[in-house]
Amino acid sequence: MKSLIIAEQTGGQLSPMTGNLVAAASKIGGEIDLLLVGASGVAAAAESARAFPGVTRVLTSESAEYAGFTAENIAPLVVRLAGNGYTHVLAIASAAGKNLLPRVAALLDVGMVSEIVEVVDVDTFVRPIYAGSLLAKVRCAERVRVLSVRATAFPAVAAGDSAAPIEVVAPSGERGKSKVIGQQLAQSTRPELTAARIIVSGGRGLGSAENFAGTIEPLADTLNAAVGASRAAVDSGYVSNELQVGQTGKIVAPELYVAVGISGAIQHLAGMKDSKVIVAINKDEEAPIFQIADYGLVGDLFQLVPELSRAIASA
Amino acid sequence: MKVLVPVKRVADYNIKVRPKSDGSGVELANVKMSMNPFDEIAVEEAVRLKEAGVATEVVAVSCGSAACQETLRTALAMGADRAILVETDVELQSLAVAKLVKVVAEKEGAQLVICGKQAIDDDANQTAQMLAALLDWGQATYASKVVVADGNVEVTREVDGGLETVRLALPAVVSADLRLNEPRYATLPNIMKAKKKPLDTLKAAEFGVDVSPRVQTLSVYTPPERKGGIKVGSVAELVQKLKDEARVL
Repeated sequence: MKSLIIAEQTGGQLSPMTGNLVAAASKIGGEIDLLLVGASGVAAAAESARAFPGVTRVLTSESAEYAGFTAENIAPLVVRLAGNGYTHVLAIASAAGKNLLPRVAALLDVGMVSEIVEVVDVDTFVRPIYAGSLLAKVRCAERVRVLSVRATAFPAVAAGDSAAPIEVVAPSGERGKSKVIGQQLAQSTRPELTAARIIVSGGRGLGSAENFAGTIEPLADTLNAAVGASRAAVDSGYVSNELQVGQTGKIVAPELYVAVGISGAIQHLAGMKDSKVIVAINKDEEAPIFQIADYGLVGDLFQLVPELSRAIASA
Repeated sequence: MKVLVPVKRVADYNIKVRPKSDGSGVELANVKMSMNPFDEIAVEEAVRLKEAGVATEVVAVSCGSAACQETLRTALAMGADRAILVETDVELQSLAVAKLVKVVAEKEGAQLVICGKQAIDDDANQTAQMLAALLDWGQATYASKVVVADGNVEVTREVDGGLETVRLALPAVVSADLRLNEPRYATLPNIMKAKKKPLDTLKAAEFGVDVSPRVQTLSVYTPPERKGGIKVGSVAELVQKLKDEARVL
């Protein structure tokens, strides 16, 4: 077995989910080559990547056409590398990974398995279907198995003191199909949603953007938590889209998930039900979120949440 | 500019599906079927492009059994001009659908294909990207805004860190995310009108592409249920439980 794993980096910072990706590839066994591409910062990220135990080699390709991580430019490189005897190609099922891998699979003329949550053996994987209400065990015996990995299902391997060799690979050129012309990326000093130990999420029950900021953020600050939101809160304009937790947003599994004013629609539960401890605060005691919460508190969130912030701060 | 919209027939959004009794797949007998919600958003976007005078024709295409005609009629009732059924009884996976739609896109001379970003049954999120790869076109997935101008399409995409805008040269493939638009309901007069719109049936077997399934489903089962916990009576009790019992504070 020989896996090619495609890691992500921004400005030389390796994605926090790289350890989860290495963990998934380790379950398959055999050699693991980690690919890093970008217009800049690749060498710095490679220094972090080489330290993961289990990584055989770090392959780097730094070139202008990889700015924006566009699938049109990266897929040809992955396809060329895949010809070097790789049995598996994996990436995290992030927006970038989900955008890239199907393009790779189609160019290789192989079927693809999305969002694996378990590696049963080298050909057999488990993945959620129907928004996570069912699991499917599937076999993919293609010559190259292209797999996207749900990060939360594979506890991260910690970087160690290993120093895998770094090899530079030639870029594959500008394809001229697409160009990133603008970005509106959220600036936040809080932990990243998918990597946070604690998440405080708000829903429709907050009622407005002002209430969301005034209620959820102080509790998140107290807990040094990331802020999340339900689809209803995003659709209502309380917060921006990158905070959405759920089937079509971020999939998270923190140690503590505090759901505030969130009723618990199935597509939200699909994104957070693997959290270790779930707390729900909601005025409706019949809300479905209470069926999966470890600790439920029924009442007015505008009174309870500030009280909770104070209690934790003074504890 | 001709816009092609692939649509998929799936179990209705409101249905709670179950595994078959032998666990070999998903029980879909006697289950209400509807158009994949993300595909409705794709149809809506294409129809709006036509209403804005940007698109000249909107063609809906569906691959699958004869029952997909129903899904195509929904697309026609929403405002698509024509529909094409690529008929087969083979279980189609994303790569196969991409290969079939590629043939249709080329034959129709489509300049833009708008797909739903994923189907709510298999949640694969693959077809748009695979289609773009096979056509060697640019791809803009997870679109929340689409603007066509001067032979380009500018698409605002929902990405992990926020939003990103990409410019693609046409022809191109776009996949629709939730916040692209709110699809209209088909009105009764439009449903009646849709019955008279052209719906052509082509046989997938005559396309000369390999549509055999590449990934085999071994079993389908319900995930272990998360057990509900307790209700606490006060904030003080909650903090105490989180500290002493759950040990997460």
